[in-house]
Amino acid sequence: MSGKDEAELSRLLRAAIAGDEKAYADFLHRIAALMRGFIRRKIVQGGVDPEDVVQETLLAIHVKRHTWRQDAPVLPWVYAIARFKLIDAFRRRGRRIEIDVDDIAETFAEPETETASERDINRALDGLPPAQRSVVSAVSVEGRSIGETAAKFGISETAVRVSLHRGLAAIARRFGQGRVGRE
Amino acid sequence: MRTEDLIKALDADASSKAMPLRSAWWLAAGAAIVMAAIVFMLTIGPRPDFMVAAHTIRFLAKFVFTIVLAVSAFASIRALSTPGASTGRAMAWMLAAPLLVAVAVVLELFMVPEALWGTRMVGSNMMICMGFIPLIGIGPLAIFLWMLRYGAPTRPVLAGAVAGLLAGGLAATFYAAHCFDDSPLFVATWYTIAIAALALFGALGGRFFVRW
Repeated sequence: MSGKDEAELSRLLRAAIAGDEKAYADFLHRIAALMRGFIRRKIVQGGVDPEDVVQETLLAIHVKRHTWRQDAPVLPWVYAIARFKLIDAFRRRGRRIEIDVDDIAETFAEPETETASERDINRALDGLPPAQRSVVSAVSVEGRSIGETAAKFGISETAVRVSLHRGLAAIARRFGQGRVGRE
Repeated sequence: MRTEDLIKALDADASSKAMPLRSAWWLAAGAAIVMAAIVFMLTIGPRPDFMVAAHTIRFLAKFVFTIVLAVSAFASIRALSTPGASTGRAMAWMLAAPLLVAVAVVLELFMVPEALWGTRMVGSNMMICMGFIPLIGIGPLAIFLWMLRYGAPTRPVLAGAVAGLLAGGLAATFYAAHCFDDSPLFVATWYTIAIAALALFGALGGRFFVRW
């Protein structure tokens, strides 16, 4: 992790907030890889699936991106969210974890690996009202665009956007309230 | 759902907008002040000799304490609701109000004969003070807790307690305009208890309501 990364990631997120979807996709992919490296190294014992925490962190970054001050560095903000989500994931399972701030310096990006395990996010998705659930699935799992999703369900693009936004916010809220963890 | 798929959904939602947290805090502060002012004017209101009292140092000192508390708590809560923001300096400034009160108490003890310490401390308004500071502050506290939910505090209980201190500082500023007990001995005792009650409510709110 270098100063160059920091500058590039800040630039991407600024562009994303200004409405550049391509910059946002780039930002999210790079952050996901970084977070995966960080979180996998933090979770040494079983019980918590690192990829669940990666997904939870990405969702939190998304719904809380208005809390980033655009003139402040982005990585301390990202890691603070990841740490919070990691600690929360352990707390939900009745355990504690200590995370040093210096650990962050040694993080390396890692690619996603396939797992057969059921994801926390699927459980959260199942809890959504049917309209939101089908829109979120269409855009994510089925990989459809907003326009294709609107055509599939015969609703307006605005309605798709609203359902998608509310659905994602609701999933993030469920994670925050700890209602999706594996017992 | 793979993380890849989640990113597709987040990216498709890139255009959703939310007010930057910094601006939202100013709006919340404005709303809280208006709310506190309305409750204050509809219930107890300023004391009738407000203009005369405004020339006395003890009366004015009350506002220094409460405004310093509110301003330092506002700076702290903005930092506490932003992940990764440094909170140390703002939190250190929150010691200013208690220190000023402590200095004022010492001066008061020197200036007032010992026989009067008791009456000065007990005053004539303590039940009103302990009732109305929380009453004026509870609405602003609700606004601030809601703002913490809108933000992303990584220490929600602490942030909630600071929300209570902010609401307390704001409510006490209004209440000070009503109260006839201007002695620092009274302020140090009853204002502190009333504001601490709000801080406790705030911490509980932070624990159970501020989830994200």
